[in-house]
Amino acid sequence: MTTLTPRNKRIALLCAISFLNLSIVTLGSEMKETDITSTKQNKIEIKDFAFDPQTLTVKSGEKITWINRDEEPHTVVSVEKQFKKSTALDTDQEFTITADAPGTYTYFCSVHPKMTGTIVVEK
Amino acid sequence: MSDYISHDHEHDGIDRRGFLQCMAWAGTGLLWTVSGGVLVSKTLAQIAKAGDSLPTATDLSFLQISDSHIGFSKEANKDVTETFKIALDRINAMPTPPSFLIHTGDITQLSKPEEFDTFDQVLKSCRTKDVFYVPGEHDVLNDGGKLYRDRYLKSVEAKGSGWYSFNKNGVHFIGLVNVLDLQAGGLGQLGDEQLEWLEAEVKGLGSSTPIVVFAHIPLWAVYPQWGWGTSDSERALGYLKRFGSVTVLNGHIHQVLQKVEGNVTFHTAMSTAFPQPVPGTAPSPGPMKVPAEKLRSMLGLTSVQYKQGKTALAVVDSNLS
Repeated sequence: MTTLTPRNKRIALLCAISFLNLSIVTLGSEMKETDITSTKQNKIEIKDFAFDPQTLTVKSGEKITWINRDEEPHTVVSVEKQFKKSTALDTDQEFTITADAPGTYTYFCSVHPKMTGTIVVEK
Repeated sequence: MSDYISHDHEHDGIDRRGFLQCMAWAGTGLLWTVSGGVLVSKTLAQIAKAGDSLPTATDLSFLQISDSHIGFSKEANKDVTETFKIALDRINAMPTPPSFLIHTGDITQLSKPEEFDTFDQVLKSCRTKDVFYVPGEHDVLNDGGKLYRDRYLKSVEAKGSGWYSFNKNGVHFIGLVNVLDLQAGGLGQLGDEQLEWLEAEVKGLGSSTPIVVFAHIPLWAVYPQWGWGTSDSERALGYLKRFGSVTVLNGHIHQVLQKVEGNVTFHTAMSTAFPQPVPGTAPSPGPMKVPAEKLRSMLGLTSVQYKQGKTALAVVDSNLS
């Protein structure tokens, strides 16, 4: 078993600081990347009672916009209540969220529950 | 068939055939009659052909109206308020007015207060004042149905999210809600609480009591691929199995479909707003665009009659053309 002697403690502290610095740099680069990609259009069309594409992969921080092209109202509701649900979207109305924590999010239309879709958020 | 009057018995310029054709033009309505426990449905055109009698004052007759979608203004029908008015005109023109109306949901397109206002305003022109409602998914879009319940359940003792029952002329009516708390990937749903209520509700009724169940989404698997069915309807129908006459009235699919299973007759009504495609014949169940001159033939009403001593409720669909 390794015990933390004063010398080990110093090394551990250095390691921790280095790791923190590294983390900050990584976060910084992510932020930068987000700035660049924030204009990227992640659009999901709702057409013929289906989400298109049915599975969309985005980076954390990117925006996702649903647009309803049907004459029927549709909604976008997270199955696990992981993001804010939309109100009923009439024809050509949009709903936008910003992707947050990485993971897989399933959602559906609460008016026509057969309609389901998936968002994959990557780091 | 000639468009000229051949028999003008009342000398009022309207013959029987003309009246029935006129009814057919009005919108979608189905006339239900209950005769000795069995609901019988016929289109007005069928009545005209068969020479059957129209409801008399001694029968219980009520009218099903459905899917008025007030607020819809797209290509399939740019004036749904007008076709709803025409449907009401047809009801007002009936020689014997129905005892009451049943609206099987989708009163509005988007659950907006102004859409409900328009519906209520137009409905005032109807001579028949008693109306019983169940909600469609379009009536409960953003508030879980609060606005709908506040407006349309005043005359009944509703439970839970708005289900209830009442008796008329020995017939037991049950209004169910199957458009709330729908699950991803699923169909219409009644839910445990409502089903438990239903089981207790019918327990004390004699098996010879005619039962009429009405709900928005069909209580049978019309076409699950389009969500046209109710996931737990089998359980509900299980509680009704012992009854000699069960009539299930639904809307939602904007077309007349009928199925008989044992003592249970399932019937869906036309919309007063726009038709929807026959199951599986289109990429989706969205509003169906038809030539303007054809539209009213695909909208309608359902009239139901119950005749004491007879065995079936008569269900009559009539279109608005």
